[in-house]
Amino acid sequence: MKRKRTSRIPGGAPTLTKKDFESDQDVRWCPGCGDYSILAQTQHIMPDLGIPKENVVFISGIGCSSRFPYYMNTYGFHTIHGRAPTIASGVKTANPDLSVWVITGDGDALSIGGNHFIHLMRRNFDINVLLFNNRIYGLTKGQYSPTSERGKKSSSTPLGSLSLDTPFNPISLALASGATFVARSVDIDSGHLRPMLKAAFEHKGTSFIEIYQNCHIFNDATFELYREKEFKTDNTVLLEHGEPLVFGAEHDKGIRLNGFQPEVVDITNGEYSTDDLIVHDQYAEDTTLANFLAGMSDTSDMPHPMGIFRSVRHPCYEDLMTNQIRTAKERTGDGDLEALLNDGETWTVS
Amino acid sequence: MRKPVEQLEEATILFAGDSGDGSQTIGTQMTETTALIGNDVATLPDYPAEIRAPAGSLAGVSGFQLHFSSEQIHTPGDLCDVLVAMNPAALKVHLHKLKPNGILIVNSNNFARRNLRLAGYEEDPLEDDKFTKYQVFRVELTQLTRKALEATQLTTREMDLCKNFFALGMILWLYNRPMEYAMKWVKTKFAQKPQFIEGNILALRAGNTYCEATEQFAVSYDVKPAAFEPGTYRNIEGNMATVLGLVAASHQSGLPLVYGSYPITPASDILHGLAKYRNFGVVTMQMEDEIAAVGVAIGAAFSGALGVTGSSGPGLALKSEAINLAMIAELPIVICNIQRAGPSTGMPTKTEQSDLLQMFYGRNGESPVPIIASSRPYDCFDAVYEACRIAIKYRTPVIFLSDLYIGMGAEPWKIPQLSELPEIRPDFAVSADTGNGFEPYLRDPETLARPWAKPGTAGLEHRIGGLEKSDVTGHVSYDAENHEKMVEIRAEKVARVADDYPPTEVFGAQEGEILLLGWGGTFGAIRTAAESYVAGGLPVGHVHLRHLNPFPNDLGDILSRFKKILIPELNSGQLRQLIRSTYLIDTIGLNKVQGQPFHVFELHSKIDEILKEIGHL
Repeated sequence: MKRKRTSRIPGGAPTLTKKDFESDQDVRWCPGCGDYSILAQTQHIMPDLGIPKENVVFISGIGCSSRFPYYMNTYGFHTIHGRAPTIASGVKTANPDLSVWVITGDGDALSIGGNHFIHLMRRNFDINVLLFNNRIYGLTKGQYSPTSERGKKSSSTPLGSLSLDTPFNPISLALASGATFVARSVDIDSGHLRPMLKAAFEHKGTSFIEIYQNCHIFNDATFELYREKEFKTDNTVLLEHGEPLVFGAEHDKGIRLNGFQPEVVDITNGEYSTDDLIVHDQYAEDTTLANFLAGMSDTSDMPHPMGIFRSVRHPCYEDLMTNQIRTAKERTGDGDLEALLNDGETWTVS
Repeated sequence: MRKPVEQLEEATILFAGDSGDGSQTIGTQMTETTALIGNDVATLPDYPAEIRAPAGSLAGVSGFQLHFSSEQIHTPGDLCDVLVAMNPAALKVHLHKLKPNGILIVNSNNFARRNLRLAGYEEDPLEDDKFTKYQVFRVELTQLTRKALEATQLTTREMDLCKNFFALGMILWLYNRPMEYAMKWVKTKFAQKPQFIEGNILALRAGNTYCEATEQFAVSYDVKPAAFEPGTYRNIEGNMATVLGLVAASHQSGLPLVYGSYPITPASDILHGLAKYRNFGVVTMQMEDEIAAVGVAIGAAFSGALGVTGSSGPGLALKSEAINLAMIAELPIVICNIQRAGPSTGMPTKTEQSDLLQMFYGRNGESPVPIIASSRPYDCFDAVYEACRIAIKYRTPVIFLSDLYIGMGAEPWKIPQLSELPEIRPDFAVSADTGNGFEPYLRDPETLARPWAKPGTAGLEHRIGGLEKSDVTGHVSYDAENHEKMVEIRAEKVARVADDYPPTEVFGAQEGEILLLGWGGTFGAIRTAAESYVAGGLPVGHVHLRHLNPFPNDLGDILSRFKKILIPELNSGQLRQLIRSTYLIDTIGLNKVQGQPFHVFELHSKIDEILKEIGHL
C-alpha cells in the first residue's frame, strides 16, 4: 500500500519545509563527517512524506550517529547502547500512527544491539532503520567494529597486531533475519539517498537501509571506492527493479550468474549481452537473489550493489496486535473491570 | 453409620509426590474448596526447578502445603497435621514437617525396593520404630485407583494419572469437605478430554468412599468457617493479584497497558495472565531478552502508555541500565521483581527477599527509584496498583517487589469495589504554556514531576535521552553546576513521594519494648507471631513496610518509641543495613537464607530470647 505522497498535510495545515525539521541545537559532528549529509537528506525528504511532524519520532542508541534525534525538530529519544530497536518497538506498538525512525551505527546495531537488531527485523514493525556504517567505533575513538575488515589496524589492535574478527555483512544479516525491505545507499549521494529514504518510509514493514558513511577522523576513505565520483561507477552497481545489472562508466560491464557465483562480464566485446545478465527483482519473496547480491560486497573483485535488495509485503507486528485486540473485544466485549475482578468462584460474606 | 466428626480450629496439609503426580493440582483444588466453604486459607507450593526430574528421585519431589482455619491466618503453617506422600522420596523430603501424632498417608504401591532405593532407603522406613509416633496409613493408591477405573476405556497409564484425585477424595472426606467444587473443575479442565472427566471423578469418589467404608479412619475432622468482614471474596494467588492490579491501573488511568517480558521463574505467570486480557487492550510482548522487555515498556511510556515489565533478580540485573534511562528521562514505568533465591541463577523455585539492595543501588550514578513491596498474595493487587499510581504521578520508574512465596501462594481476597481504587491521572501536556516553547523539564512545583508529552501532540516536539540535561529546557548539558542541581532535583522528587503515603500503621503496642519491623512476604509469619504476644499483653509492636524507598516520613519517630527493633528478613540483613544508615540506630536481625519462608516458631524463639534478655519473660 502506497501512502499518498504530498507535501500538504491533511486538514489544511501549512506546507512544511526542510527548515521545519531542523532543531535549534548546534550540530556537533566532526567537520567532514558523513553524518551531516545524511541529516540534511533526511530533513530534506521529511516535508514530502505528507505527515505532520508531531507524528514523527527519531530513536537512537549510542554512538556518533545516535546524536541524530537531537538535530531533528520532531519527537526524539536518544536511548542506550544497542537498545533503540526495543524502545522503538514499544513506541510503535503503543501508537501505530507514529512514523518511527531508528538511527544506529555498525557497533550499536550489530555488536551490542545485535540481538535486538535481528529480532526487530523478524517482527516487521512498520519502522525505518538507518544504519550508518563507517566500519569503526568513532565516539570511543577508533576501535575496530563488527563491520571492520579482518586484519584492520585500530586503536584496540595495538603493536601492529590486526583485528581477528570476520566482519558482518549488514545486508546479509538483515535478509537472514527476515527483513522485508533491505537497501543500501551512500551518505553523500543525495540523488540516491533521498529516494531510498522515501522508499523506506513508503514500505509498510521494517525498512532497513545500510548507509556507507565516512568517518573522516578514524577511518577515512574506507568506502572511497563506492563513494567518490572517480571510482564509484566502476565499483558500484545500481539495483533497479526489472533491469539487468549493468555498471561501469561506459555501461560496459554487467553481472551474470555463473553457476552459484555472480561474476563480472564485459558486455561490449560480443561475448555477453544484457540478455545474459541478472535481472533484478526486488519484489521476489524468495531471498536467493537478494542473498547473491548481498554477498557481492564480501569479495574485493565485485562492485557493491546500491539500491533496494528486497521489498516484500508481510503483515506488521503492530497491525497483528491491533487485530488481536479488536478480535478479543468483538468476541468478549470491551473489558469490564468489575466483572474481571469478580471472575471465577466467589463467595459472599454478609 | 457416619463416623464421628471432631471439631478443629485449624489444620495444615502437605501433598507431596513426583513432579508428575499432580500434588500441585490437588493442593489447589483442596484450597479452592476450603476457601469456598468459608475458611481462611494460605498456601505454599514447593516444587523443583526440573520439569520432570527422574521419577522417584529426591530432586523430583513436588509439594503443596495448605493451612486453613476458622480464624484469620497469615501463613501456610509451620508443621503439618497430614502428610500425603505419594512415594518414598516425598516421605524422605517432607517427613520433618509432620507433627508428632500427625497423619501420614503413603501410596504403599510405590514402596517397592526400587523406589525405596531411589529415595536412599535401604529398608522400608515405615517398618522403623520411629514411625510409631505418627498415625501411618498405608493405602494402595495406585491399585485402588486402577480398580475403581477398570470399567473405563482408560489405559493403565492414564488410570495412574488419576490417582491424585483418589488422594484428594480421601482428604476431602477426612476434613468433611464437599466434592462438588473439585468435580466442577475437572469437568471444565478436561472438557476436551472427556475420558479424564470420568476417570478423575471416579477416582475422587473412590477415595472418598474408601475412607468412609474401611476401618482405616475412625474419625474425620471439621474446621468451621472463619469470620470474615462482609464482602465478596475469591481465592487468589499473588501473581494473579499482580495481573489484576496492573489491568485495574490501566483501566482506571485510561492508559493502555504494554507489558514487555522474557520468561523467567517465578514471574512468567504474570505474562501468561496478562496475555489473556487483550479485550482490555492489554498488549503483552514476549521479547528476545530482559533488556528488550524493559525497552518496550520505556518506548510505550514515551508514547503515552502504561509501560510495565516483569522479571526476577537475574532479569533485573540485565534491566538495570534501561531502568536508569527511564529514571533520567523521567518516564513512568513499573518494573515487577518477583524475587527468588540468588545470587546468580541461585535456586529459581525457592523464595528469598535478597534483591532489596540491588533494587536500591544496582544502577550507575545517583539513581533514586521508588520501591514498593507487597506483603501477602492478595496485597499484590494494591501494591502494584500503587506502584503504577506513583510512577504516573511522579513520572518515574517504580520497582514493585514481590517474591516466589507470595507470588505463588494463595489466600482469600476481599474483592475491592472500583470506587475504592485511588484515582490515577496521567495529565498529559497538551500545549506549551510558556513563551519559550515547550520545556520538557519545567516541573510541577509540588511534586517536581515533569510534563508528559505524547508524540502526536502538535507543538510539543522535544528530544530526551540518557545524557544529562539542562534544568527546564532538557537540552543536553555538561555544565557542572547544572549536573549537581539535576541530581538533587531527581533525589528530591523521589523523596517527596513519601508525602503521598498514609500514616504508617503500627500493630499491637504503639511504643514499648520490641518493634518487629518487616517488609514483603514475611508479613504472615511476623504478624502471626506478633498477634500471640499482643494477645498475651506483651509490649510488642509490628510495622510492615510497603514503601521501601523512600521510607515513610513517620518511620523515624516510630522506631524511636521502641527499645529494641527486630528486623526479620529472608536475606543477610538488607533492610537492617538501610535502617541503620538512614536512622543511625542499631537493630537486631533475624536472618534466614534457605530459600524457605519463616516458620512462626523461629520468630517466637528470637522474640522470647529478646524478651528474656530485657526481663519481660
